[in-house]
Amino acid sequence: MLSKKQARAFFLGGTLVTFLIFIGLTVYSLSAAQDQSNIENLSESAIRGKYLWETNNCMGCHTIMGEGGYYAPELTKVVDRQGEAYIRGVLMSPTPWQRADHGNRKMVAYEMTEDQANDMIEFFKWIGEIDLNGFETVVSPLAEK
Amino acid sequence: MKYKSQKVAYWFFALSMLLLTLQLVYGFIMGFAHAGMDGLHEWIPFNTAKAVHINLLVVWLLSGFMGAAYYIIPEESQIELVSVKLAYVQLITLALVGVAAIVGYHFNYWEGRKFLEIPRPLDYLVVANVLLFMGLILVTLYKGKRKTTTALVLAMGLLFAALLYLPGMLDFNSQVLDSFFRWWVVHLWVEGVWELIMGGILSFLLIKLTGVDREVIEKWLYVIIGLTFLSGILGTGHHYYYIGVNKIWLIVGGIFSALEPLAFLAMTLFALNMYRKGEKKHPNKIALYWTLGSAIVAFIGAGLLGFAHTLPQTNLYTHGTIVTASHAHLSFWGAYAMIVFAIISYSLPNMTGRKYYDSARGRMAFWLANIGMLGMTVSFGVAGVAQVYMERIYKMDFMKVQMEIEVHFIVLIIMATLFATGITLYIIEFIKHGQPTDEALEIDNQ
Ligand code: HEM
Ligand code: HEM
Ligand SMILES: [Fe+2]
Repeated sequence: MLSKKQARAFFLGGTLVTFLIFIGLTVYSLSAAQDQSNIENLSESAIRGKYLWETNNCMGCHTIMGEGGYYAPELTKVVDRQGEAYIRGVLMSPTPWQRADHGNRKMVAYEMTEDQANDMIEFFKWIGEIDLNGFETVVSPLAEK
Repeated sequence: MKYKSQKVAYWFFALSMLLLTLQLVYGFIMGFAHAGMDGLHEWIPFNTAKAVHINLLVVWLLSGFMGAAYYIIPEESQIELVSVKLAYVQLITLALVGVAAIVGYHFNYWEGRKFLEIPRPLDYLVVANVLLFMGLILVTLYKGKRKTTTALVLAMGLLFAALLYLPGMLDFNSQVLDSFFRWWVVHLWVEGVWELIMGGILSFLLIKLTGVDREVIEKWLYVIIGLTFLSGILGTGHHYYYIGVNKIWLIVGGIFSALEPLAFLAMTLFALNMYRKGEKKHPNKIALYWTLGSAIVAFIGAGLLGFAHTLPQTNLYTHGTIVTASHAHLSFWGAYAMIVFAIISYSLPNMTGRKYYDSARGRMAFWLANIGMLGMTVSFGVAGVAQVYMERIYKMDFMKVQMEIEVHFIVLIIMATLFATGITLYIIEFIKHGQPTDEALEIDNQ
């Protein structure tokens, strides 16, 4: 029968080995050659966009790359789907954005300036170009092509 | 109760119950919003409700774990806690930081990263608070007369949980990296180190409730947490399939996360076997219900429902849909909420000195909460599967799909009402026990 000592050795050994593999894989998959996000295209404007994304907790309602709230549309390919003018309209709207054909869900009225809205769009464009291992074709019907 | 200082646990449990109540209020707000009734939008928009709901969850569970540690560690180590005063300081500061964060969420003061919304300055206060907590627990453990495996596993789980908070505080310009390291906190907590905490509490309860020999229980505890890390660490890869990192994770995450249910299955078999083997019939039946219930429901919620969407082929379609919310509810409930309820139910009579072990209301609380939560899980599940078919397979517009599935949220609200009734009964029982007293020292029953 298994003794307590052997059980402990199984715990310590298994943990150590998988932990080391995990660190190794992390280093490998974050190395420059493995990049799928076109990191070199990440502009100052897109970074400001990410900051706006975070400080307004957009992720509390929307998902991006499949992460976030399940209340409002997935935004990974939003630029392809709706176009820049539409997005600017939503972000700069002085009243909560709501569409008559979409029930009565509303978005918070952020009243962004045009510069801020453009930063958000740059952020979405950068996200939209990332290679998501196939998810980009499933998540966004209009962006199939 | 064997040591006066164990009483401090009571106040952590009381804080837990208070925050849980608030959490449910915000859950209802979101349920109604999903059902098409978003009347509170102007004051509590959905993103506020969501951040409050999931942060209160984490804070009340942590408060419950801390209470469990303040109760278990002195008893296992056979000495008083090193400083009761500092434990109260820790309790009050924890409550203050938690409340400050929650209030901030109503004024657009947060860091929009799911589960880690606490803004940076408050993060440092959390770290200071947890350092104080860990200090008290570790020094007590170190000075103790004995160091049991149960106590070590519990303390190790808490310590790793504290350390893993740090990767969540890293700053990145890339959303991909942000998400990558966010999972070091969220995934490695719930599918890693929190299972050590759960295992430690479970093992303590089984020793007390079944009377099975400690050596046997602790041996299996090592096997369970061995399985946890063996599968759970590389299982992190199931969150890396579709966030813009390379394909290696499809294989590694797929294989190892598919093994994760084994740890939960082992937990269930362990609890049921020890119960069957046990000679002792402890009078605290309610604690036994919650203990065995936790081991069983954790397997269903985390093991079975987790497995249902963890293979890359399935996750491609379910990723980021309401299917995830279904799994999230039952797994958190079974593994962590129920184990906190179990240690509360076990320790309350010992801290208050009232041998109030079993009651119709206590059993009712157990069944209503569990049936309600299962019903909620099914409601989310049906809504989620419908969403996947319409949106991801038939390519319907997101918002159009949401309108189609509104009806499932009416069912959700009904089930949530059952659930909330169960929780209310549990809290009434909590209050009925009265407050902890030193007189309880004499009447501890083992
Ligand atoms: C009155 C009871 C409850 C109701 C009505 C409720 C409702 C909801 C709703 C509508 C969401 C939002 C899903 C979205 O983003 O669209 C949610 C999220 C969540 N709830 Fe609850 N909830 C309740 C209780 C609980 C309990 C007791 C737990 C834990 C044991 C819990 C854990 C969670 C978690 C972890 C999430 C985040 C899920 C995710 O984003 O994947 N909830 N809840
Ligand atoms: C008690 C243990 C567990 C808890 C509390 C838990 C909770 C959660 C939560 C809250 C999420 C949503 C996270 C987010 O989107 O931010 C999630 C996602 C996920 N969980 Fe679990 N989980 C547990 C165990 C498991 C297990 C054992 C498996 C696999 C067998 C699993 C598979 C998954 C998968 C694949 C996702 C990603 C869903 C998606 O792509 O949207 N979970 N879990
Ligand atoms: Fe996970």
